[in-house]
Amino acid sequence: MSKNKERLLSLIALVVLAFAINFAEKNLDNYTLRILNLGAIYTTLGVSLNLIFGFTGQFSLGHAGFMAIGAYTTSLFIMPPMYKEMSFIIEPLIWPLSVIQLPFVVALLLGGVLAAVAAIIIGLPVLRLRGDYLGIATLGFAEIIRVVSNNIPQVTNGALGLKGIPGYSNLWWTVGFAVLTIFVIKRLIASSYGRALMAIRENEIAAEAMGVNLTYHKVMSFTVSAFFAGIGGGLLASLLTTIDPRAFMFVMTFNVLIVVVIGGLGSITGTVMAAFLFNFFLEYLRPLEQGFNIGPLAFPEIPGLRMVTFSLLLLIVIIFKQDGLLGEIEFTWKGFFSFFDRFRSAEGGKM
Amino acid sequence: MSLDIFLQNIVNGLSLGSLYALIAIGYTMVYGILRLINFAHGEIFMLGTYFLYYGVLIFHLPWWLSFIVAIVLTAITGMLTERIAYRPLRKAPKISILISAIGVSFFLQNAGIVIFSGVPKSFARPEIFDKMFILGNTRISSINLASTFISVIFLMALLYVVYETKTGLAMRSISTDMETARLMAVNVDRTISITFAIGSALAAVGGILWALKYPQIFPLMGMIPGLKAFIAAVLGGIGNIVGAMIGGFILGMAEILLVGFMPQLSGYRDAFAFIILILILLFKPDGLMGKNVQEKV
Repeated sequence: MSKNKERLLSLIALVVLAFAINFAEKNLDNYTLRILNLGAIYTTLGVSLNLIFGFTGQFSLGHAGFMAIGAYTTSLFIMPPMYKEMSFIIEPLIWPLSVIQLPFVVALLLGGVLAAVAAIIIGLPVLRLRGDYLGIATLGFAEIIRVVSNNIPQVTNGALGLKGIPGYSNLWWTVGFAVLTIFVIKRLIASSYGRALMAIRENEIAAEAMGVNLTYHKVMSFTVSAFFAGIGGGLLASLLTTIDPRAFMFVMTFNVLIVVVIGGLGSITGTVMAAFLFNFFLEYLRPLEQGFNIGPLAFPEIPGLRMVTFSLLLLIVIIFKQDGLLGEIEFTWKGFFSFFDRFRSAEGGKM
Repeated sequence: MSLDIFLQNIVNGLSLGSLYALIAIGYTMVYGILRLINFAHGEIFMLGTYFLYYGVLIFHLPWWLSFIVAIVLTAITGMLTERIAYRPLRKAPKISILISAIGVSFFLQNAGIVIFSGVPKSFARPEIFDKMFILGNTRISSINLASTFISVIFLMALLYVVYETKTGLAMRSISTDMETARLMAVNVDRTISITFAIGSALAAVGGILWALKYPQIFPLMGMIPGLKAFIAAVLGGIGNIVGAMIGGFILGMAEILLVGFMPQLSGYRDAFAFIILILILLFKPDGLMGKNVQEKV
């Protein structure tokens, strides 16, 4: 299949997606929309984590920290000044922030840029570490970001968090940024940079011997990843319209990590699939907690049962499907059509 | 700061440090053998306190007996988690085992919420632990002395097991090279089970002492102490038992002294542990007592 034809097909797919979003925004109820939005945001987060972990092989557990930076930045810039005055009870917001209000997309990008700057500052010293040590150090930085943001009430409203953030996030924004993330990271991986990143993943020493600048490529991958994590954080804050500082504990990173590993490390298609499955399961297991009847048996309301079931499902998947759902398989138009060809020839065989 | 308060802080630091040390050992032993960060260890710590709570309050066992029962039950839980969630994945990619550990951690936390309810329970400690020793102007609570003392006894016992018994020899051989150990007729599966049992038992001791010191228990209580103890393990050089003990004491002492000397920074207490961790990782990446292993090409 020629490159042009593939491009055309991708373009058609995008148009179909746009129609689907338009349909969904008009016809679906808020609850379903919320789940779809979360799925799209987790796609952004998961694909960005997949870049540093799946493709570069650097075990980063710092995603929650970058999300926090993005979430706070975006929220502070989109909240109307009047709201800010009302919600900052402990200490008033410091001066320039208290009067500025920016359009959503600018605030989101600003959040991403700040997260990226933080990633450069953190990444330069820390990315020398390897394996688990890197994971622990990045986890530490994420926790430090969280604790610091808890302790500067004049900027973040401290432990109270932020409320009344304008809910601009809708499927156009969330899916739009998910598509943008996938596009940028796919292009990055297909470039010479991407080959360098995968060389680092396979063998650092060999990559260095072949002339790959380790620090430069690792920090770059880490920064791009953090940029999209920041945007994901901003989208999430605007979707939920509140920021609870406790939300950015390391559990948040674990959620994204679960999405990436269950989808298959190094498979963007897998991450997208897992991101939506993750949120669908989390939500549709909710009735478990509200009490239910199976025939004559009445089950009472049990809080926590949802997460128990969810963690059991997670354990079962990881024990029986150790490389994740898709392994390293990636969606391509070629694979898509050959799948149908096989289907057709199988039917033809029957006749 | 007067000398009295300083002494008091030292005792507090020792007592907190000894608890971190007890929990850190579970992390370091498992990491030494399986190269796995056992994220479920904090939940094992939590279970230990609940076993004691139910032993005393529901089954009306005497304190010393429910102490033993709780330790044994926690050790069995630890072995079960290894058997069910880690052993099937031993040949899988490392990250899969890590996700499995996170899954176990989520499961135990939420099973805790389902079974014990999410409402914190207050822990009525025996009166003996409410006593205060007064030394000049220094007031030392008996629980701080007792927890330090009990921890040190268990730590000594552990050192004996690891360095003087055949099981300990088997553990050390597996952590050096699992395949060679297997060829030398070491029963790898059994030894790993024992490792989990010992680590979990010590976590239970740590948990119980923690609950006696801060008498309130809830299903998510293991998260932060677990993470801190893990930092202690990395601080001392992960995989190294003596290192984990030293790391635990350093971390406990440093935290208490930070709050003692600079109370205005107490909000940053949780971040402080991580700052120490990152400094250590940057300047001595293998921890204080860790061996520097060069990667072979």
